[in-house]
Amino acid sequence: MGHLRGKLLPPALAIVFSMLLCGVALVISGANPLSAFGAMVTQVGKGSTLVDIVNSTGIYYIAALAVAIGFQMNLFNIGVEGQYRVAAVIAAVVGGSIALPPGIHTLVIIVVAALAGAAWAAIPAILKVTRGVNEVISTIMMNGLAIGLSAYLIRRDVFGELRGNNIRTAEIPESGWMPGISFGGGGTMFGFIFVAIALGVGYWVMMNKTRFGFELRASGESSTAASAGGVNAKKMVLVSMLLSGAIAGLISLPELLGRDHTFSLNFTAGIGFSGIAIALLGRNHPGGIAFGALLWAFLDKSGLALDNVGVPREIVTIMQGSIVLSVVVAYEVVRRFELAAEQRRVGRELGTVGGAA
Amino acid sequence: MSSSTSARTDDPPAVVLTGITKRFPGVVANSDVHLTVRRGEVHALCGENGAGKSTLMKILYGMQPPDEGTIEVNGEQVRFRTPSDAIKAGIGMVHQHFMLADNLTVQENVVLGAEALHGIGQKARKRIIELSGKTGLNVDPGVLVEQLGVADRQRVEILKVLYRGAKVIILDEPTAVLVPQEVNELFDTVRGMQEQGYTFLFISHKLDEVRAIADSVTVIRRGTTVGSADPKTVSSRQLAEMMVGSELPSPETRESTVTDKVVLDVRGLKLMTPDGSRPILDDVDLVVRSGEVVGIAGVEGNGQTELVETVMGMRKAGSGTITLLDADLTKLGTLARREAGIGYVPEDRHRHGLLLTQPLWYNRILGYQTRKPTSKGIWLDTDGAKKDTERIVADFDVRTPGIDVPAAALSGGNQQKLVVGRELSGDPKLLIASHPTRGVDVGAQALIWDEIKRARAAGLAVLLISADLDELIGLSDTIKVMLRGRLVADADPNTVTPEDLGSAMTGAGATSASVQETGTAHGTAVVEEGAN
Ligand SMILES: Nc1ncnc2c1ncn2[C@@H]1O[C@H](COP(=O)(O)OP(=O)(O)OP(=O)(O)O)[C@@H](O)[C@H]1O
Ligand SMILES: [Mg+2]
Repeated sequence: MGHLRGKLLPPALAIVFSMLLCGVALVISGANPLSAFGAMVTQVGKGSTLVDIVNSTGIYYIAALAVAIGFQMNLFNIGVEGQYRVAAVIAAVVGGSIALPPGIHTLVIIVVAALAGAAWAAIPAILKVTRGVNEVISTIMMNGLAIGLSAYLIRRDVFGELRGNNIRTAEIPESGWMPGISFGGGGTMFGFIFVAIALGVGYWVMMNKTRFGFELRASGESSTAASAGGVNAKKMVLVSMLLSGAIAGLISLPELLGRDHTFSLNFTAGIGFSGIAIALLGRNHPGGIAFGALLWAFLDKSGLALDNVGVPREIVTIMQGSIVLSVVVAYEVVRRFELAAEQRRVGRELGTVGGAA
Repeated sequence: MSSSTSARTDDPPAVVLTGITKRFPGVVANSDVHLTVRRGEVHALCGENGAGKSTLMKILYGMQPPDEGTIEVNGEQVRFRTPSDAIKAGIGMVHQHFMLADNLTVQENVVLGAEALHGIGQKARKRIIELSGKTGLNVDPGVLVEQLGVADRQRVEILKVLYRGAKVIILDEPTAVLVPQEVNELFDTVRGMQEQGYTFLFISHKLDEVRAIADSVTVIRRGTTVGSADPKTVSSRQLAEMMVGSELPSPETRESTVTDKVVLDVRGLKLMTPDGSRPILDDVDLVVRSGEVVGIAGVEGNGQTELVETVMGMRKAGSGTITLLDADLTKLGTLARREAGIGYVPEDRHRHGLLLTQPLWYNRILGYQTRKPTSKGIWLDTDGAKKDTERIVADFDVRTPGIDVPAAALSGGNQQKLVVGRELSGDPKLLIASHPTRGVDVGAQALIWDEIKRARAAGLAVLLISADLDELIGLSDTIKVMLRGRLVADADPNTVTPEDLGSAMTGAGATSASVQETGTAHGTAVVEEGAN
């Protein structure tokens, strides 16, 4: 039906368009775009790439959900980046310094990470509610502070220790790990992927089936109508920011619980920013976001193959950027097209006279 | 076709619309509309809610492209892509809702976006003063718009259109917000400008006004022109029948159902301006009983909006108490007040009543997100919401292709019916209704009045704010006049006339025995202030 087409066509158009754009860029730089794209696709079947893509999808998915919750009520939580960094270092420190039975230990780390992310988001939330400080500005500043805080916390005179030439927090004992699914040479899928899926389902249920989701969407659409309808705008800002921060706090857990077991200088940064792009691409819809996360992960991981065919891997970044830009345009183009088609259809069905119901 | 009467003139007509068709998803808003407007006439457009009047005017003003049909201005065929194309062709539109920036001066508002014409300095000022005369606006261009009353704001809107060189002026429901005296002044302005060769397109649901001002009337029904009428000979009843095929309603409600059970009790309510310089609500005492309709009469901007929003908990009172059936609401938020049994029809349905991009059934939930039938505990009950929306659509005659269309797709009047239907749901104890029939056609007006009367007979208390004095007098059991944040007089709806009420509202003091000033101190103050 046209309804679905209106949702699927724009991202498809955007991808085709950005492939063309990158193709042109490749041709100009003297490479063969077909062999480049071919290398990316065949890379999926090699080694652990497929599992890497799945793992990375899960991580991006959580990040984009965190951003999307804010977007639903027009809050731009740019601070997901800082929230997950702070949550990661605190969860690693706490996880590495306590001894608990398996399962409970893991659960405690997850809760601590969520709380730490929420706490970091609470500062801009409170500033916005009490002083009207724009959350874009305050969360960006919080991102800067997060880098400083995490660097401080892993100093050797604080919680850090030196291993080889890397500084890291104490290793989380095995009781605090989350087991994954091993595919032998194909790599190991993080167990946290299932948590990510559950988060997506939970997000959908919350947005569509609960009173809280209604209030969130109502505030996002019209704060004046929401307040006349009894929605407390300040409360909504606070709660959605905290929720967004709590989910952001979970972003680093797949790696922390499933692979690294410590926070070190090798920490994967930048996922919060990718989350913004993916939430935009997926239009805040849990399904759309999943698709966007998968695409992002694919480009990231398969892009590694480009080096082998002598193409700079940065072409992937160009592609990601151009997808986001063109998807915005594509949604608008398709929307207009659908509207015109709908009007023609109504015209045919109702004839030209009468029938205005 | 509505090629009006015969009047053979050599001039081509000011505007000719031929075969205009405009479709929206599920709806044909205009289908094969023909309209001829002679130069220098006031041409009224009548039709029930959703008939397609606003759509037609938006097409003429270049805001929406027609799917089919042509537009001719002064005998030349034109094609407008944007309103600025229409303005260049001499067509201007005054929307029902004012689009002025309160914190700018009259001159700044007028010049905004048209700086290229006469600059922004002395030349612009001179031109504005020149044009002011035509619109009857007697204020200095340097005055801030926020200091103007509604009628003057409307003149500024007209001035804006004139400044841009319009010769054909569209007025979409301009009188909805005006009290009778102001309507008369507006009509004087229109007649004066008409003599100077301006042409008007005038939309209103108030048929008496249409007959008073128009030279010709075109009636639109279900998107197409069904005929024209001569306003000098046609009666309001005949017009209404042409539009909707139903009789003219009357708000009369004489058999009193007032009980002595106090539902709303407001005491000593005070509210200051944000900067604390002067009171917006000054010591307001108000009681509404079960089965009673208390009407508040007042020119817009005298504190009615703030009174309602304070009772709803959307503004925080400086002092005073609000009690609903023995429950103290003073410290509660809007949601708790709604749950305690208050229904609220806001004066601005777009700002405060609807989520415009969401489907109708989703809008049903707004304000009821914690109650049956739209929610169960923390869960929404979407089936319940949809079923109840179907009920409202049927009972309140909301014209829509379905309950899944976004609220923005309904015509203004149909949006209003949806909001009123929602706020009367769930047996409220008190209904706060600000202009409950603003923008609805005569048929729907009767329907809304009937619903309010029915609920009132069942014990509903109603606080009614309305600029439509016939409605106010007809529905109310008690009328209070509000002026500068105070309730200054009581009027007896059985005897008071709209004219008496109108002069009491403008602060001219009581001119009739039906209007009793409350408290001599206040009364004298009012007379003095009214004198200057
Ligand atoms: N943007 C839109 N999208 C979909 N349908 C629309 C849109 N605008 C108007 N319509 C539909 O077109 C029809 C005509 O609407 P219009 O606003 O012109 O009515 P109107 O005569 O001005 O009514 P009212 O007196 O209630 O203001 C209505 O059925 C309305 O639902
Ligand atoms: Mg209209």
